[in-house]
Amino acid sequence: MVVDEANVIPLLPVEELERRQRRINSECPDLWRILDDVMDPEIPVISLYELGVLQDVSERDGHVHVLLTPTYVGCPAMKVMEEDARIALEAAGYPDVTVETRLSPAWTTAWLSNEARSKMAAYGIAAPDSEAAQCPQCGSEDVQQISEFGSTACKALFKCNACAEPFDLFKAI
Amino acid sequence: MTDSALIAKFAVRQGDDALVLGHRLSEWTSRSPFLEEDLALTNVALDFVGRARMFYQYAATLTGGDANEDTFAYTRDAREFSNLLICELPRGDFAFTICRQYLYDAFALPFMQALMKSSDQQLAAIAAKAEKETKYHVRRDTDWMLRLGDGTEESQGRMQKALDDLWGYTGELFDVDDVDRALIAEGIVPDVSLLRDQWLETVSDTIARANLELPQADWKAAGGRDGIHTESLGFLLAELQSVQRAYPGLKW
Repeated sequence: MVVDEANVIPLLPVEELERRQRRINSECPDLWRILDDVMDPEIPVISLYELGVLQDVSERDGHVHVLLTPTYVGCPAMKVMEEDARIALEAAGYPDVTVETRLSPAWTTAWLSNEARSKMAAYGIAAPDSEAAQCPQCGSEDVQQISEFGSTACKALFKCNACAEPFDLFKAI
Repeated sequence: MTDSALIAKFAVRQGDDALVLGHRLSEWTSRSPFLEEDLALTNVALDFVGRARMFYQYAATLTGGDANEDTFAYTRDAREFSNLLICELPRGDFAFTICRQYLYDAFALPFMQALMKSSDQQLAAIAAKAEKETKYHVRRDTDWMLRLGDGTEESQGRMQKALDDLWGYTGELFDVDDVDRALIAEGIVPDVSLLRDQWLETVSDTIARANLELPQADWKAAGGRDGIHTESLGFLLAELQSVQRAYPGLKW
């Protein structure tokens, strides 16, 4: 059977679908919107929601509960993300906040939306999962890996052979 | 022992493996052969310290009382640490560090994959996180094994020596004791003795491709799980715990 690629609906991982539904069906859309301003401290163009770290937010009697899942368990930015979420909610008038970190479902780069990937590339970080790594500066696929690890646990270091620029690639896990 | 006490013991063992190995890796920070490798080893160290935290935190919730991740890491002596001996050996040269990492990660991958099926949800969740990172580590370790083994006379010689020196410590990876047996019976942890064949196959293949020789060790070191360690663990802990020992209860 010939599959017309234009008609293929990309399948979302189940956990990601559930996460998006939690937001759509949420009784406190305002809280999700407040947290949309909380960015990844290392990639300040992607919000915690876009990154997939923000799993749920709920409110009862003025008490706000935020559920996060870590990207890499040893990532020092996780603590900053917790603090930033707390500060954003406090500034918006919710001083009573609990941030819970849950390991399951395990975070994966498969949850990143296409928008998030584009923002990442525009910021200079090649997005994960693409068939071939692409230079975020000139778009060339003629690239080489310099190191399996880059400036943070989530990135690998690459170099573009076409424009000679070094760049980070967000590791697919 | 109750189930939760057994699971706590298992979690502390896993935490000890990860913390001690992570510390050994962290010793390379600013001392690696070149900058990219410095970043890589430091990041792998971070993954292991993160893994230790997950296991210790879980052990602390099962133990209750004053136990927390820091009391496990900073207030126990060498006799109370239950890490495998292979994790505590001094970092040696770069070949030794890479070879140890490869032998351990090649075991950790099937181990974490099996632990993901644990009937204990938290252990399964921790394993799912560790498994993703381990896959990445194995790929990197394997690349280095090939590069150094199949490299110059110098790099091949060092790699073969590392392999020969480490081989006798790999048997302990597959040892099972009463704690394990009780948990295996309930489907809470995998039987590591069953993982040996798969590990040996993977490792033998890499060793052959790296132009190295499979060691024929006629000795095996064990005792880590019972707190019987090599002399190097005490020195490692003296450094790791120095701040908390000098200023007990100090907060960052």
